[in-house]
Amino acid sequence: MAKTALQFRHNGSDVAIFVDGGTNLLVALRELIGDMTPKFGCGQGGCGTCSVLIDGELHLSCLTLAETVAGRSVETLDSLKQGPNLHPLQRAFAENFAAQCGYCTPGMLMAAKALLDRNPSPSHAEVVEAISGNICRCTGYEPIINAILAASGGRASA
Amino acid sequence: MTVTVKTFTSSSEAAAALSSDRNARYLGGGTLVMRALNEGDISLSTVVRANDQALTRIDSSGPRITLGAGVTFARILGERDLAFLHAPARSIGGPAVRNMGTVGGNLFAPNPYGDFTVALLALDATVALQGGFGSRDIPIEEFLQSRDRQAGTLVLSVSCTRPTSAEAFRYRKIARIKPKGGSVITLAAHLPISGGRIAGARIALGSMAPTQIRARAAERALEGRALDAATAAAAASAAAEGTSPSDNALGSAWYRREIVGVHLRRLLLGQE
Repeated sequence: MAKTALQFRHNGSDVAIFVDGGTNLLVALRELIGDMTPKFGCGQGGCGTCSVLIDGELHLSCLTLAETVAGRSVETLDSLKQGPNLHPLQRAFAENFAAQCGYCTPGMLMAAKALLDRNPSPSHAEVVEAISGNICRCTGYEPIINAILAASGGRASA
Repeated sequence: MTVTVKTFTSSSEAAAALSSDRNARYLGGGTLVMRALNEGDISLSTVVRANDQALTRIDSSGPRITLGAGVTFARILGERDLAFLHAPARSIGGPAVRNMGTVGGNLFAPNPYGDFTVALLALDATVALQGGFGSRDIPIEEFLQSRDRQAGTLVLSVSCTRPTSAEAFRYRKIARIKPKGGSVITLAAHLPISGGRIAGARIALGSMAPTQIRARAAERALEGRALDAATAAAAASAAAEGTSPSDNALGSAWYRREIVGVHLRRLLLGQE
């Protein structure tokens, strides 16, 4: 079957790949571009660990047909890195014990980033709502919520 | 498994492609069709898309509102004029699902999903369809009854009349996980009041039958009555009549029949 040429911005860089019909964005990112930060969890839209930002909006990459991002900007967790330094959200997650096995963390961080980009000082309830599409089976949600609140406080005082 | 993706600039071309191929599905936000592809659904060999701007249009200025089939729940939540639809839109998914899922797709969402459609059924919405041979409008109830046979038609938009007051339209989704999760049951009630009495009651239920259904016996118990405790109790006792819920991981059919009246009574009386 013919492959489709696809170009988009991936974490600020232009990328060009060929995708099979029906390939989802998660597979394109991991297997064709080599960005392993978004994870495969359920493939159904129930867990949120494949979350990425498309043109700044939180989307589930496993439910996104890859060719629909042509010409758009896709940001994954890998976009948060700043040389050797952790992003304030990553630092807050580490300091608040918000990761145990770490499998949900890429999605949690992208959901948190989507929230803080729009609302720099959210309430507890707004944080709960923002990560309501992301499942964590280890730490429970309170450390994650506290980390996001801590990161937003850090931003507010910076 | 690879599928053929066909992208069109107009909805009529997409509708023609959809109606000519039994194994084609229309891809809206992806939350149903991409899930089916991820699960290896072999009945699906062609994915049809349309980049038609008309599919994402919202007309909410007048008493009758129209939502393009491709309008997402996140966009509805951003429209102040659509406040009466905010509760059902907010009850769906997490933020990512609301950024993706569409009004048109929700019409096809099986249990325990399809909550927005419960609200539209209570509001007596009209569904605009485009088939291979032209377009037509049908009542949402008729659409849902024939949903399994609608595979070859494309939903263009959904329209409904705005409730006369905030009190006249009520919605509640019962889920085990808050603030998100599949529906145990979903209820919506449109209760226009005329001269102190209910005139034209419509009660819609989700997860109480293979598709969203109206609770006609409960509607009859409300019709022409004042909305008081006795009326609410009469409607509640009739709520399960004509329903055929199933067992699933969120609740048994027995449990759904037991609680539907309780939640309907609370909805009617404005109780938590």
